[in-house]
This record gives sequence, C-alpha cells and structure tokens, in this order.
Amino acid sequence: MGLVMDLFDPLVLARIQFAFTVSFHIIFPAFSIGLASYLAVLNGLGLWTGRSVFVDLFNYWKKIFAVAFGMGVVSGIVMSYQFGTNWSVFSDKVGPVLGPLMGYEVLSAFFLEAGFLGVMLFGRERVGPRLHFLATLMVAFGTFFSAFWILSVNSWMQTPAGYAINANGQFIATDWWAVVFNPSFPYRLVHMLLAAYLTTAFVVGAVGALHLLRDRSNQAARIMFSMAMWMAAIVAPIQIFAGDFHGLNTLEHQPAKVMAMEGHYDSHPDGAPLILFGIPNPAEKRIDYAIQIPKLSSLILKHDLNAPLAGLDTIPVDKQPPVAIVFWSFRIMIAIGFAMLGLGIWSLWLRYRGRLYDTPWMHRAAILLGPSGFIAVLAGWITTEVGRQPYTVYGLLTTAQSASPIAAAAVGASLIAFIVVYFALFGAGTYYILRPMNKPPHPHEPGLDPDEPIRAGGIMPAPAMDAAGALQPAE
Amino acid sequence: MTLDLPFIWAGLIAFAVLAYVILDGFDLGVGILFPFVKGERNRDEMMNSVAPVWDGNETWLVLGGGGLFAVFPLAYAIIMPAFYAPITIMLLGLIFRGVAFEFRWKTKRGQFLWDWAFAGGSTIAAFAQGVALGALVQGIPVVGRAYSGGWWDWLTPFSLLTGLALVIGYALLGATWLIWKTENHVQRRAYDIAFWVAPATLVLIGLVSAWTPLLNAVYMHKWFSWPHVLLAVPIPALVLVAAIVLLKGLTERREVSPFLASLSLFVLCFVGLGVSFYPHIVPNSVTIWDAAAPDNSLAFLLVGAVVLVPIILAYTAYSYWVFRGKVNAVGGYH
Repeated sequence: MGLVMDLFDPLVLARIQFAFTVSFHIIFPAFSIGLASYLAVLNGLGLWTGRSVFVDLFNYWKKIFAVAFGMGVVSGIVMSYQFGTNWSVFSDKVGPVLGPLMGYEVLSAFFLEAGFLGVMLFGRERVGPRLHFLATLMVAFGTFFSAFWILSVNSWMQTPAGYAINANGQFIATDWWAVVFNPSFPYRLVHMLLAAYLTTAFVVGAVGALHLLRDRSNQAARIMFSMAMWMAAIVAPIQIFAGDFHGLNTLEHQPAKVMAMEGHYDSHPDGAPLILFGIPNPAEKRIDYAIQIPKLSSLILKHDLNAPLAGLDTIPVDKQPPVAIVFWSFRIMIAIGFAMLGLGIWSLWLRYRGRLYDTPWMHRAAILLGPSGFIAVLAGWITTEVGRQPYTVYGLLTTAQSASPIAAAAVGASLIAFIVVYFALFGAGTYYILRPMNKPPHPHEPGLDPDEPIRAGGIMPAPAMDAAGALQPAE
Repeated sequence: MTLDLPFIWAGLIAFAVLAYVILDGFDLGVGILFPFVKGERNRDEMMNSVAPVWDGNETWLVLGGGGLFAVFPLAYAIIMPAFYAPITIMLLGLIFRGVAFEFRWKTKRGQFLWDWAFAGGSTIAAFAQGVALGALVQGIPVVGRAYSGGWWDWLTPFSLLTGLALVIGYALLGATWLIWKTENHVQRRAYDIAFWVAPATLVLIGLVSAWTPLLNAVYMHKWFSWPHVLLAVPIPALVLVAAIVLLKGLTERREVSPFLASLSLFVLCFVGLGVSFYPHIVPNSVTIWDAAAPDNSLAFLLVGAVVLVPIILAYTAYSYWVFRGKVNAVGGYH
C-alpha cells in the first residue's frame, strides 16, 4: 500500500529516475577509469620490455574499452540534463557553486575526447609507439580528471564548505579552494578510484581465468590473470583501509549515516557492538536476529572499546536516513571487499607454491568474482547516497525542497521510457562487451576491425592521411 | 574597467549552441536521410562520412547544457522543467542513434534494427529540438524563480512547425554534407533529395519568420522599431543571398557551395533568433543578468574556458582537416 501510494508521488518518482539513470551510468565510468589506466600500463610495459604480448593484450582490451567508453558518454549526456528536468530548484540554488565544477568536468572530458581518444584507438601505427603511449596516458589522466570534478561535486553536497547564501537563496562560493577540496572529497576520491581499479582488475582477472580454464598455456591469459591477482592482493587491503578512513570522516561530518550503516538505533554510552548481520526492523526501531560483537564498533570508529556512540535515537525522526537500505548495501559492499581480499591472499599463496596458473578452483572463483566490483561500487554509492537523506546539500537543503514542480505522470512516463530504453540498448551493449571477452587473446591480436569505420570521436593524426593516401591513388 | 561577465558568457553559450546546431545538425541530417538511401554499402558510406566527428559534435550539447547550469542556473532551472517531455524525448533519440554508430558494425542479422535506431533516433531528436526551440520562442510563463506553466504548454501549432522546420533543415544540412563528402550513387541521391528539401527549408524559414513577430508584441517591436530595423533589412537580405547560392549551387552540381550556403542559412536564422531574444535568456521574462550566477562563479569557469575552448576549437578544426576529402564505404578516406 505504502509503495503503491509512493508511485504517485512525483518526488519519489524523480528520486527513482535519478537513482536508475545514475546507477546505469556509473557502471561504465567505473570500468573505463580502471581500464584506461590498465591500457596505459600495458602500453608502457610493451614499450619498455619490447614484448609483443603486451601489445596483444593492449589491442584485446582496447576493443572492449571503445564500447564501454561510448556507452559511458551516451548515458552521461542524460545525467547533465537530469538536474534541470527533475531537480530544478536544486539547480537554481547550487548552480553558482557546483555549475563551474561540472563545467570543468565537461571541459576536461571534452579535451580528452577531442584530443587523445582517437589516437589511442586508431593511431599506434600512425604516430609511433611513444606518442601512442603518451596518448594512452592522457586518456587515463582524462578519466581521472573527470572523476576528480564529479566526486568534488558529490562531496560538496555531502560536506558543503566555502560557501555563503545570497539574497535569492542561492549558494555562492566564498572560497573555491574550500569548495573543491571540501572535507569528504579526498577520502571519497581515493575510495572511488581504488574501487574503479579493483572493479577493472576483477573483470580482467575473470577473463584471464576463463581462458586459463580452457588453455592454461595461453601466455596472454596468464599475464592478465597474474596482473589482476597482483592488483587484488595489493589494492584490496589498501581499499579496506581507505574505506575505513572514509568511514571515520563520515562519522565526523554525517554521523546519522554511520548510525544507519551500523544499525545503531540506540545510543551506547559505554561501548557500541558491531552488528555483523541482522534484519532491520524500522517499526520497532531495532535490529532483529542481530549477530553482534560487543564493543567492536566503538573500537573501530573511536579506537576505544568503551567509547560512547550515539544512535539514531539522538536524531529527529524526520532527519534520519532510511536504515534498512543503508544497512544492507553497506554489508554487501563490505562482504565483497573481504571476498576480494580473500582471493588476493589465496593468489599469493598459490603464487608462492607455483600453482597460480593451474588451480581450476582458483580460476572458477575469479570468474565468480568477475562482476563483483560493479556490485560493490553500486552498493557503496547506495550507502552514501541513501545515507545522506533527507538532504541533497547536507544539513542545508532537503531532497523534497530540491525537486522540480513536475506532475507525477510526466516523471513516471519518462522513468518508464528510460527503463525500457536503457535495458534494451545497454543490454545489447553489454552483450557486445562480453562477446569479445569470450574469445581468447592470441598473438598478433588485431586492433579494431579494419572494416569498421573510424569512430567514437576519434581524431586521426595527420600522418594517418599520408599512410592512407599512399595506399590509394590520388583523385 | 570591469568585464560584463554575464554578457561574455551569454556570447559563449550562444556560440556553443550554434556550434552544436550546425555541427550535430548535419550528422543528425545524415541519420534523417538514412531511410531514403537504399543499400547496405551506401548506408555504410553515409555513416562513415560522419563517424569520426559526430561524438565531438554532440559534446557541444553537453557544453551548452552544462554551461547553462553553471553560469545561468536560473534559466536552466526554468527552461528544463518547461520542456520536460521534448528534452527527455531528445535524449532518448540521441541515445538510440549514438549507440547505433557502435552496434551497427557488430551484427549482420540485427543490422536493420540499428539502421532504424539511427534513422529514428536522429529524426526524433531533431524534431524534439525544433519543438523545444519553438516553445522557447513562444515564451514560457514564469512565477518567482520557477516555471509556472503546464506540462503540455510546449505543444502548439507553432512548435510543431518549428519541429518540422528543424527536421527538414537538418536534412538539408545532411544532404549537402553528403554531396560534399561522397560520390557516385550516394552523391546522386543526395542531389535529388537536396532539390526537394532546399526549397522546403526556405519556405519553412519564411513561415517561421513571418509567424514569430505575430506571437508577441515585443518581437514585433524589436524587429520593426528604430534602431533594430537596421538589422531587419540585412538579415533577410542575406538569407536571400544564401538561398540563391544554395539553389544555384545545386543546379550547377557544385559540391561545396550548397553545404556552405546551408550552414549560412542556419547561422543567419540563429542571429535572427538572437535579435528576437536579446537581452532575455528566457524570452520576455528573465534577462541574462537576472539569470547569471555571481561574478566569482562566472570568472572561475571563464579561466578554464579561455584556456580550453580555443584548444578544443583548434582540435576540432584539425580533425575536419584530417578527414577532408571523399569518404568511401569501408571507412577509408582518399
């Protein structure tokens, strides 16, 4: 009944629409940020060692990158209009502060696309390996800068700083440095970049594992699996620490979010337990069937077993985030994080024993965890975004105040259209990404299909003309 | 001397929108014309003629939308809800045609589906843009700092006419682009199509121009009072010149002048719109100074724009230079 009623509420529909479109969108950047860096590393290794297998791997993943990047661009165009269509009051109020940051994101993304993507995708033979490596590096930097600005925008909404409010009720910047480097930004940026690297590493690892199961002597598959497992072993523990620091930062600035993550309905004056599992019961304001370790939460969050921790009972009901969603999504993210760590440690052990490439159960586990990074990224974003409710700008502007004055029918109809179109088109796109992954990498891996046109915003460097011109008689 | 930052930014945003309209205009136009040229190889050739540049072209739309949010947040907050349906439809259309560039080459059996996605998405996106433009010209009701109209206000005979005009106009840009960039069968078809859509575009420009001053006394006043009337003469005169160059170029089977003349028509119409709008950004209710973010926001982003926009423009020009010459079906240029 409650849900049915909610579906006629334009605010709820607008929130679902934003959650849907942004969740679909984030999948592609999370992958392409990591993959761009991986491509840069492969290219650099190829240049340094002179081994052709790295070039083969580069060409193998480049084809997948092109499709993923394209879908990220297309789904990103939608995002830049979501703010205006569904969140116009928010746009009016925060535009002066966040608009320029997003403007910088567009400019840097534009610069990347116009400048280097084409060279990276099509240009190796035409500009030579060194310039080609430089272009690949610039693409990786470009994805980094995009992430930098977008995460700065999101972090400012979570922990606003460096602002004043003018006579029109708009936020205006008083200190751009404080706006961009707001208190939660460094933590969120590091956490997200590491998440992108891990996500990509587990996809690469799964593809490597798949081809090792079929042919454990495939040199390219061995290398990609080994590289991915090094990433898992090294980055997964770093990510757990980075997440912990991010959590402490959240405790300082958004304590209600941490209360929901921990499931602490009640305050604990002498040491709070760590609730491992349980079922949140919002009506009774407690966690049913809780499995908990006494005082551990206080130890983790306050580094003191007996430190008091406030619970949601200290927060007015209308300023509390929904507990159940945050509680679950947080646990999903954590569980995946530790599963990744586990696989990383197992890989170290197998490597030490010299059996990394011939332990089928290891490879099956890696395939199982292949998509886990995407789930963890989505779960993490759900935790932080639902956990900051009921605000868009934390403590200053509520979500309800931010929405456009739009009728439920319009929001609902557009939501249905987005859902249908996204599932159909990005479903096909995912198929076109997965299909090449199913083919084994082999020596002399071709680049993009020569029958395909030169596309995806690429710019062919000038020598390309000479090369092409030399092949065909002038008109 | 202090800089009038809102004025500078209005110029920059107007430039971004114009760049979008003429650049994405011809590649949307190629999509609109897809059903009118048969044969897989011919369609490959058409798509290849825009494949290297469409993505960059479309990024101007993000720059225009993102720029509006950054420097004229009030205008962004009023216009976007007012055109909720056309903007959503435009975005969905752009998604369909955008993915078609990638997906069409990944399948043989399903290729006709992506052909339709490309043609349908391009046509729908163009129509929705034209409708939104017409609805903006009509004016939108504003109370306080928000749109106060209904959800179907954008749908009027005038906005349907501008929607149609933009589809036909983009088709003209697409046809003359193909005349320039292709040869043999595709080029011949493009000439045939251009002979139809060129006069149709001119008639539609005339209709929209005649209707616009009747919509609102302010437009009438702007065009037919001193000193604006000084512009009221040269713009239509230049339109006439461009029209003559276009029709003459088509009859004489010239390859470049029809495209340049079509571009000129778009630029002149855009300048005409600018005359009607200025100094408002939301016609007749919100001026560029009302809508502008504070100067420190405008200055902060201007620093980046001054550095990066010229580089982007140089790169764009370079990419068109690199891909100069005729295209053929397998993507090679010669």
